[in-house]
Amino acid sequence: MLLNVGPSHPAMHGVIRMIMELDGEKIKGVDIEIGYLHRAFEKMCETVMYTQCFPYTDRLNYVSPLINNVGFALAVEKLLGIDIPERAKYIRVIMSEISRVTDHLTCVGASAMELGAMSVFLYMIKAREFLYELVEEITGARLTISYVRIGGVKADLTAGFVDKAFAKIAEVRKVLIEADELLTRNRIFFDRMKDIGKISQEDAIAYGVTGPFLRSTGVAYDVRKASPYLIYDKLDFEVPVGSTGDNLDRYFVRMAEMEQSLRIIEQCFQQIPDGAVAADLTGVVIPAAQMVDSAKMGQTESLIEDEVNLDPTLQGSTRKFHDAINANKKDVVLPAKENTYGNIEGLMNHFKLVMYGHGIHPPMGEVYFPVEGANGELGFYIVSDGRDQPWRVRVHPPCFPIMAALPKCLIGDMMADLVPTFGSVNMIAGELDR
Amino acid sequence: MSFMSSPTNFFTSTLDAWVGWARKFSIFQYPFVTACCGMEYMATNCSHYDQDRFGAGFPRFSPRQSDVLFVVGTISHKMAPVLKTVHDQMCEPKWVVAFGVCTCTGGFYDNYSTVMGIDTIIPVDIYIPGCPPRPENVLDGLMKLQEKIQKGEQSRTLYDPRTKLGRPAELQGGYSIEGHIKHIDSLS
Amino acid sequence: MTPLQRIQEQFTTEIIESHAFRGDETAIIRPGSLRAIAKFLKETPELDFNFLMDLTAVDYLFYAGGRVQKECRFEVVTHFFSLKHNHRLRVKVPIDEKEPEVDTLSDLWPSADWYEREVWDMFGIRFKGHPNLKRILMYEEFQGHALRKDYPVNKRQPLVGPQN
Repeated sequence: MLLNVGPSHPAMHGVIRMIMELDGEKIKGVDIEIGYLHRAFEKMCETVMYTQCFPYTDRLNYVSPLINNVGFALAVEKLLGIDIPERAKYIRVIMSEISRVTDHLTCVGASAMELGAMSVFLYMIKAREFLYELVEEITGARLTISYVRIGGVKADLTAGFVDKAFAKIAEVRKVLIEADELLTRNRIFFDRMKDIGKISQEDAIAYGVTGPFLRSTGVAYDVRKASPYLIYDKLDFEVPVGSTGDNLDRYFVRMAEMEQSLRIIEQCFQQIPDGAVAADLTGVVIPAAQMVDSAKMGQTESLIEDEVNLDPTLQGSTRKFHDAINANKKDVVLPAKENTYGNIEGLMNHFKLVMYGHGIHPPMGEVYFPVEGANGELGFYIVSDGRDQPWRVRVHPPCFPIMAALPKCLIGDMMADLVPTFGSVNMIAGELDR
Repeated sequence: MSFMSSPTNFFTSTLDAWVGWARKFSIFQYPFVTACCGMEYMATNCSHYDQDRFGAGFPRFSPRQSDVLFVVGTISHKMAPVLKTVHDQMCEPKWVVAFGVCTCTGGFYDNYSTVMGIDTIIPVDIYIPGCPPRPENVLDGLMKLQEKIQKGEQSRTLYDPRTKLGRPAELQGGYSIEGHIKHIDSLS
Repeated sequence: MTPLQRIQEQFTTEIIESHAFRGDETAIIRPGSLRAIAKFLKETPELDFNFLMDLTAVDYLFYAGGRVQKECRFEVVTHFFSLKHNHRLRVKVPIDEKEPEVDTLSDLWPSADWYEREVWDMFGIRFKGHPNLKRILMYEEFQGHALRKDYPVNKRQPLVGPQN
């Protein structure tokens, strides 16, 4: 019997269509049809400048948007051959790990809800809200943040962020303990996840699967350890590995990874170098609007030194933070706004980076840069022809090979086992279909 | 226009008011979730920004059993026939909420595969812009939807991108003709 | 000995060009030798490329405003990764516009199956021997290949709704 698990279905994972061939309740074959959320990411990136690609990358894996941003920025920086300051690297790692925790929280919460554990879902979304508050404080938005820039990040960490972060991390740990108590030794959860959706190590490698899916089969491959980027080689964390490759192992791997990510964030806060270079603050602190007005009227004598009082939502992007979080390359990084409005060099610098036809000009060539996304190896392959717009941006989506391997996991199981297996895949349609 | 009979006496208008009140606090939604807005939909549904206090807490995952179609996230051209089918399967009275700017106007995905606004395909009652909209925005939109439900109004217009005006939607099975005629008159 | 040097000494005539721009080793090979080189990469113990990480294509129509002329319009780009030795290699195959065809790799690495379907969908490059070459991201009624440079970005072919 052929059964259509149609594109719009209750599991709030996104849109995908599975045509299942059933023999009674047993699954004999699965045909997966994707592409229902194809939004032409790769084509759109060819029509805009490099910095304008960041909002598109946010919406790839929309539960962990910062990892996508960081991956794209690192790929372009590799193409340009530039390096960013230490503090910017630490900030990128902190935000990536927060994103990884939100991704795993959503995945485990949603798959628990589909098995009937509604409370676990509510607890995990509550924990995710705590992390969203942290993200919002730094980047200004909860979900689609466009925070990373080529050559650094948009704004520095706010004052008092470290204490807030430690408090929220403690709350998230409490939620993880609660979820563990509710799920791990729960008879129903255990029976529905144990030995369901098994995949062998050879099959996983043959299909090119990476991430928690591969680690649950026993292969300890993590891009952060294999080819460390940013400052992951200075951090001490473990890579949890399963053994049987079934749903339960994937659940354990994700829960352990969340704990490791929280450890990474704490270490980063201890190791991060100092921020604002309290430079030549001889001038008075003036409101930003006043600075812009006096610059337009030509009264620019003191604007070289003045410190500007920006709106609280724009904290962290003023001149004194700028050098700590952005690379010292004028042809790549936008100048601080005080320089843009205060002196002619800053204004020209800003124009040269923002106008069409000008902008960032990487050399002709191609790069591939892998980062560890929440689902596996997220790779960006960028081909440049020397203009300010990319020639080709290719995303290697981590859940693409996993979905190709999904029929192997499902065949032999019952119809109802589709729900936990598909939940543990953590398919994000934005990433799969781009 | 109102699907309830034009109120001419005390009993029917009070009855309409009570029915509207009952309907607006028991919204059964069909969350047609596709993309990133789904995350904010989940956040609105859960403890911090509870949707359940509006009576809209428990989604019905079947179009036959739901009143409101929440279209959450970008609709691509591959998905558009599915959306139309799901909307046609819903029974009257039904409302449609376009959640997120991709459903309102297409967002910044002006390309070969995105529908630039679902109101070109199905009639939309409430537009909640934002990319994604904050949960407070969603609750604001929900409250506006509740006002609409109280008054018994439904949208019956599609957006025609060539003329940039509305045009009437095709009627689905056994519905009153007065509203349709009134609408044609208002266009001319 | 790096993977690039190893295949250069084995397949000296098949490799047209090679470079290591920004540390990524890349080899550009003749289309006919893709399967031979791929088998060699997979089966040689000191290379042991057991992951086909990515398979995609690039369209070089009017590259760099026409200043740089490439002989072939398309290039199929494959990224290989070895779990044991932790090394990577990129292999590029130039494909001519008039006969956009190349051998499939889906029997050596099952992951190539869906990647090749996507390349067919987006670029129109056929893979000889592929079991199930049909569209994966777009719908069957879609005409044309979307990621080619001569396909306009907002040319829509809607199934329902207004045809604008």
